[in-house]
Amino acid sequence: MPTTPPAPPVISAHRLSKHYGDFRAVDGISFDVPAGESFGLLGPNGAGKSTTMRMIGGVSQRTSGQLTIMGLDPQEHGPEVRAHLGVVPQQDNLDEELRVRDNLLVYGRYFGLPMSYLRPKADELLEFAQLTDKAGAKVDALSGGMKRRLTIARSLINEPRILLLDEPTTGLDPQARHILWDRLFRLKESGVTLILTTHYMDEAEQLCDRLVVVDKGRIMAEGAPAQLIREHSTREVLELRFGSERNTTVAGELQGIGERLEPLPDRVLIYARDGEAALEQVVSRGLRPLTSLVRRSSLEDVFLRLTGRSLVD
Amino acid sequence: MSRVAAGDYVLSGSTRPLAALYSRNAKAVIARGLLATRSSNWLIMVSGFFEPVLYLVSMGVGLGALVGTVEGPGGQEISYAAYIAPALLAVSAMNGAVYDSTWNVFFKMNFAKLYQGMLYTSLGPLDVAIGEIFLALLRGALYATGFTVVMALMGLLTTPVALLVIPASVLIAFGFASFGMGITSFMKTFQQMEWINFVMLPMFLFSATFYPLGVYPQGIQWFIQALPLWHGVELLRQITVATFTPATTIHLGYFLAMIAVGMLLTTLRLRKLFLR
Repeated sequence: MPTTPPAPPVISAHRLSKHYGDFRAVDGISFDVPAGESFGLLGPNGAGKSTTMRMIGGVSQRTSGQLTIMGLDPQEHGPEVRAHLGVVPQQDNLDEELRVRDNLLVYGRYFGLPMSYLRPKADELLEFAQLTDKAGAKVDALSGGMKRRLTIARSLINEPRILLLDEPTTGLDPQARHILWDRLFRLKESGVTLILTTHYMDEAEQLCDRLVVVDKGRIMAEGAPAQLIREHSTREVLELRFGSERNTTVAGELQGIGERLEPLPDRVLIYARDGEAALEQVVSRGLRPLTSLVRRSSLEDVFLRLTGRSLVD
Repeated sequence: MSRVAAGDYVLSGSTRPLAALYSRNAKAVIARGLLATRSSNWLIMVSGFFEPVLYLVSMGVGLGALVGTVEGPGGQEISYAAYIAPALLAVSAMNGAVYDSTWNVFFKMNFAKLYQGMLYTSLGPLDVAIGEIFLALLRGALYATGFTVVMALMGLLTTPVALLVIPASVLIAFGFASFGMGITSFMKTFQQMEWINFVMLPMFLFSATFYPLGVYPQGIQWFIQALPLWHGVELLRQITVATFTPATTIHLGYFLAMIAVGMLLTTLRLRKLFLR
């Protein structure tokens, strides 16, 4: 089999920073994304994820550092870069003065696409978003979930090579989230590069080949979800609840069980290779938790370990 | 959807000037504006037409009954209504253009989030600016045409040359719109936006709109003559009676210069306006 030279990264950020006055929204982050990868930025609200997305789209000016998208600087070639970008912003910014189908058509015109392409494409995307029977409706008559689906359909009008999704499933019910995840999988299979921000660990684990954990504008860790969990957490976690007053006081009596102890206001986490064995030790010390739960480690635990805080406040 | 291959991910950058700001697609912004107008905004559109008409009826007919005739640009006696009608047209061209390029842009930028959506496409900020200014001028041209019809119905037009007030109004509107958008790029809060009204109202009242410039002392005359609205008022007043003087070219030149400086300012400030 002939070997092909490694493709240059589709997105390359080097010491990328964005300051607003004294506030450092993004503080020197570096990462590369190869073609076709699904890359995530995981972090709490205010970590700088959306600002990073805006710089990738070339609609926010960076303070310092380098950034290239498909080999071009989005600041110097914004329109050309965005011609191949699909963007789902955190807050839906649909055109409330236009009807549902017109939202897709007009958006396609912004890309300079001809109507002969856009008419069938708009119908295809309405089908994709399950909004065919709402084609002539006004946007403000749509439910929150419908608006989200229309925003996502709109981002695909130009058949983007890179899809930027900023908190794509926030506000969606569980069923709608799974439908969307399925759609995103299919796009990924067709070779589209996905960049998504999320503060949902399950979403990051489901969708991302690789991710960076971001906090206060800085990258705390980078890797595949399973790799990050392996490196920064144990295999299992034992969650114990002793009642809100006792959780922190009981922590002293739990010392020595498992590899690490994390007392939180509402529960105590014991990180251990074998959660059931850890629970037996707890019980053998005469402690009686109100509830106990053994689960696999997740990215939530990675984030807690790296920052000392939970993802969702 | 067709498959995306690795080779599709390499772009060769354009070396065209302004490639970062402009994709030669302002027509998509204009098409969007026309489509949006079709579905809403009708009352606001119509109210913008009636404002100068109401002024003309109340001041021209009402106050005009007391004033009688006044001296026109060529020294001829004209009715007070015929005297203030072109001035009101210039004011309405100014107000419409300033409103569209300042408040409207500020609102769509910061609240309706319309531009955020547009700017995540191939459109550059200059496409958006040109499209919005064009829409503002189109609206201004419609109002000017309507007002000219009202003037004709009231018997205030005596020469076919007077129809040139319509393109002249668009020129005046262009001057104010291009400048207004540049000014808006400096605004961050609603309080700062209020300053625009603080400048506009006195300019409306004192730019020889309702009485000749001669009532002021010399120093104030010079100050008024430096302001754009006075040039607009004088230009339209001269056209309605087809009396042209060397000053006509100065009035025209003033607006051509204002457009040039305004467009330059707006283009230089586009990143501050749209890409914060």
